[in-house]
Amino acid sequence: MEVLDIARWQFGITTVYHFMLVPLTLGLGMTIAIMQSIWVRTGDEKYLRMVKFWGKLYLINFILGVATGLVQEFQFGMAWSEYSRFVGDVFGAPLALEGLLAFFAESTFLGIWIFGWGRLRKSLHLAALWCAVVGSWLSAYFIIVANSWMQHPVGVELGPDGRPVMVDIWAVLTNNTALAAVTHTLFGSLIVAGMFLIGISWYHLWQRRRDGIDTVAAIPAAERRTGLIRRLTDARTRVVVGEAPSVAGRDAADHGVWLWSLRFGAVMAIVAFAGTGLTGDWQAKLMYEQQPMKMASAEAACHTGSSFSILSLGDPGSTDCSDVITLIEIPGLLGFLGTGEWGADMPGITDLESQYQNQYGETIPNDELYGSFAGSDVQYVPPMWVTYWGFRLMIGLGGITAFGALVALWLTRGGTVPRSPWIMRLAILGILAPFAGNIAGWIFTEIGRQPFVVAPNPDPSGIDGVFMFTAAAVSPGVTAGEMLFSVITLSLVYAVLMVVELFLLVKYVRGGVASAMPELGPAHRGDRDRDPDGGDHDASDDTDRDRGDDVLAFAY
Amino acid sequence: MEPLAITWFAIIAVLWIGFLVLEGFDLGVGMRMLFATRDERERRVMLNTIGPVWDGNEVWLITAGAGMFAAFPEWYASLFSTLYVPLTVALVGLILRAVSIEWRGKVHTIRWRGMWTAGIGLGSLIAAFCIGAMLALTSLGLPIDGNGDRVGGPFVWLGWPAVVGGLAVVGFSLAHSATFLGLKADGPVRERAAVFAARWAPLCLVPAAVWALWVQLEHGGNAVSWMLVGLAVVAAGFGWVQARRRREGLAFTGYAAFGVLGVASIFAGMFPRLLPSTVDEAFSLTLANAANSPYTLGVMTVITAVSLPVILGYQAWSYWVFRRRVTPGMIPEAHIVLPAILRDKEATAPRG
Repeated sequence: MEVLDIARWQFGITTVYHFMLVPLTLGLGMTIAIMQSIWVRTGDEKYLRMVKFWGKLYLINFILGVATGLVQEFQFGMAWSEYSRFVGDVFGAPLALEGLLAFFAESTFLGIWIFGWGRLRKSLHLAALWCAVVGSWLSAYFIIVANSWMQHPVGVELGPDGRPVMVDIWAVLTNNTALAAVTHTLFGSLIVAGMFLIGISWYHLWQRRRDGIDTVAAIPAAERRTGLIRRLTDARTRVVVGEAPSVAGRDAADHGVWLWSLRFGAVMAIVAFAGTGLTGDWQAKLMYEQQPMKMASAEAACHTGSSFSILSLGDPGSTDCSDVITLIEIPGLLGFLGTGEWGADMPGITDLESQYQNQYGETIPNDELYGSFAGSDVQYVPPMWVTYWGFRLMIGLGGITAFGALVALWLTRGGTVPRSPWIMRLAILGILAPFAGNIAGWIFTEIGRQPFVVAPNPDPSGIDGVFMFTAAAVSPGVTAGEMLFSVITLSLVYAVLMVVELFLLVKYVRGGVASAMPELGPAHRGDRDRDPDGGDHDASDDTDRDRGDDVLAFAY
Repeated sequence: MEPLAITWFAIIAVLWIGFLVLEGFDLGVGMRMLFATRDERERRVMLNTIGPVWDGNEVWLITAGAGMFAAFPEWYASLFSTLYVPLTVALVGLILRAVSIEWRGKVHTIRWRGMWTAGIGLGSLIAAFCIGAMLALTSLGLPIDGNGDRVGGPFVWLGWPAVVGGLAVVGFSLAHSATFLGLKADGPVRERAAVFAARWAPLCLVPAAVWALWVQLEHGGNAVSWMLVGLAVVAAGFGWVQARRRREGLAFTGYAAFGVLGVASIFAGMFPRLLPSTVDEAFSLTLANAANSPYTLGVMTVITAVSLPVILGYQAWSYWVFRRRVTPGMIPEAHIVLPAILRDKEATAPRG
């Protein structure tokens, strides 16, 4: 394998892996901040339990995102030194801003939040969490600003040495590609968190029923609401919430934790899906202007036209249009999706390819910089099966997720979940769908940009002439052996750590709220019995603060 | 020379100083978990002295790297691609350490804890050594060609500068963390750290002093850099004297000041070089040939000037919030997580 191929695999593996962790951090962080806000306002212990439980899972996952993010920060210089030199005047800025304006706040305030239980006033402790979550959302914004500049280079002029020179930071920060992408990504992250809440809450509600703690009773006819629609849609049965004193945390309040989490997650997933639809449409329209080839290959649209492909088949490795057979298509729809006008003609791959060849050359320039790629033919069509199926997988999984969330709301309208273990397993499996959708979307957009690392834009607001072939971006001084060493090492380490993360998540999920609140366990039962409010001397009670040798509310 | 480029050289120096001085004690505490504890409670005392702050401290590293990219992309690209292998190893060390700190207390078996204790200790050791080697190499020179790419194989950097720099950061972290634990811990951990700070810490600081001197001799030095070296040595001596008198606060101040002044002397000594080339002086990366455009540097200067004081403010506040010593009595009992599954169903309410 060439150095370039290994370097691309490495970037792909480390980035996709990083982005398996990050959406959960982004989405779950916001969810927990909302839950803790409700707890601080209402004082209802149910919300405190949610914060503790989901917070525990959040932290188990958070750290792996942080750890793998370190690689992201340095690997541009390590493996892509020519890229770093070419884009340095623009691209380093959002990364540095991410450190200064996002990561510092995220990490520092998260530390304060984790250890601050019982040491800070409730409102201050909550503010720390909000700072951390806002920090993580800002980091998403800055890194997508950087990525979007590679998709749509703005705010620069061509310098004397042929490298872009930044002339307008505001244009870089308000790049329309970035605004569309960051909102799309954040909605995608909320879907991830929503399905995470549904799957795990479902498991606990199901476990409560399986253990006979919660039962269901028919709603007497007299109490049912009248009217045709209500009679069809209202639940026939209603949950009867029980308690199991022998199991830590399985009291009546526990039921409320899971039911509220499940419903909140479902509503969030549905709303966020609508958000991804709107922002995705915005993105697609921008991409038709900025990178028409990406969109044409996403549609396997070989010839200029307006039909939207539902199903096209062909040789999977193909970058050649003659192999594509379109089986089902909707006339006119593609034009509508791309421009908002039904039936508008969208450029096809065959036309675009000759356009690209005219503008950017048929071969990679015969320059020493390009190493063994100098003078070789440029393949302007990205591997279509990746873009075509990546695009469809992203949308399809998003749709399945939103449908699943609707079904979850419907099935739990009686206050608990059905006893079927298969639906429970499906709900757990559903956690994976939005993760896969997120990954498919990123693979689509990054592969779809090839053969460029910085894509040239025919669009007038893009700076034509600022572009870079991926083949020219890799570090010239780094050997294939070094790249192989790092890609193998990192992949192995990442694989092991994923196993550990999943093991820990499963362990803490199965433990329920008590896994994050030792005070619910039998060792603390004595304390609770003395307290008529059911142990609600919450951790931030000021009276606890000045005790001599007080035990930390949380410690590693 | 562009004043903005000089400003950014100073900002990069500040970011690296921030990393080495703040993360220095985190790394040192991590390494000490391998050898300076007797039992689980002591290890937990140690770990919890850095618990709330280590992650925020690590951001100084990320920002130093990103700052190099934003201000001197040639430096970022050449240094990190030339040192591909040691940086990969450093990253693996940092990854291992981060997850070990967070996951260590999640399961309570001896094997689990032992595994992650080793992860914290070895991860810290590897990261400290490799980062030290990397910084020493950028201050003393690497074989780079006119494009900034490495001349020679993947291990061409391996030599005395790398070893001295690696030992310097490891040694400084050990000394610095001893006085840190003297301030932040209580019980046997505090006692042992105090003994270390008084007896072994000066020896640990020797490689760092050698590195600082080497940079001055290599590049000729200047009045400022020599003065900083002198002050650093004085600070170390002061710290040692105070450590022997068991004045914990002053001892910490002395060793920390050695770190600040020592790193400052290294940056001052290499000024205006960023990455000297050992192949040909003409290939060296300097402020003149590696800096970004004045516009980019100007924008970044304004944002940094506003945000860095705020960052220092809230990080200082986080140290204030967690200012109390961690005593053995403050460590909560290990919490065993069991599946929330009913084992004897007869004991519950009747089923419906």
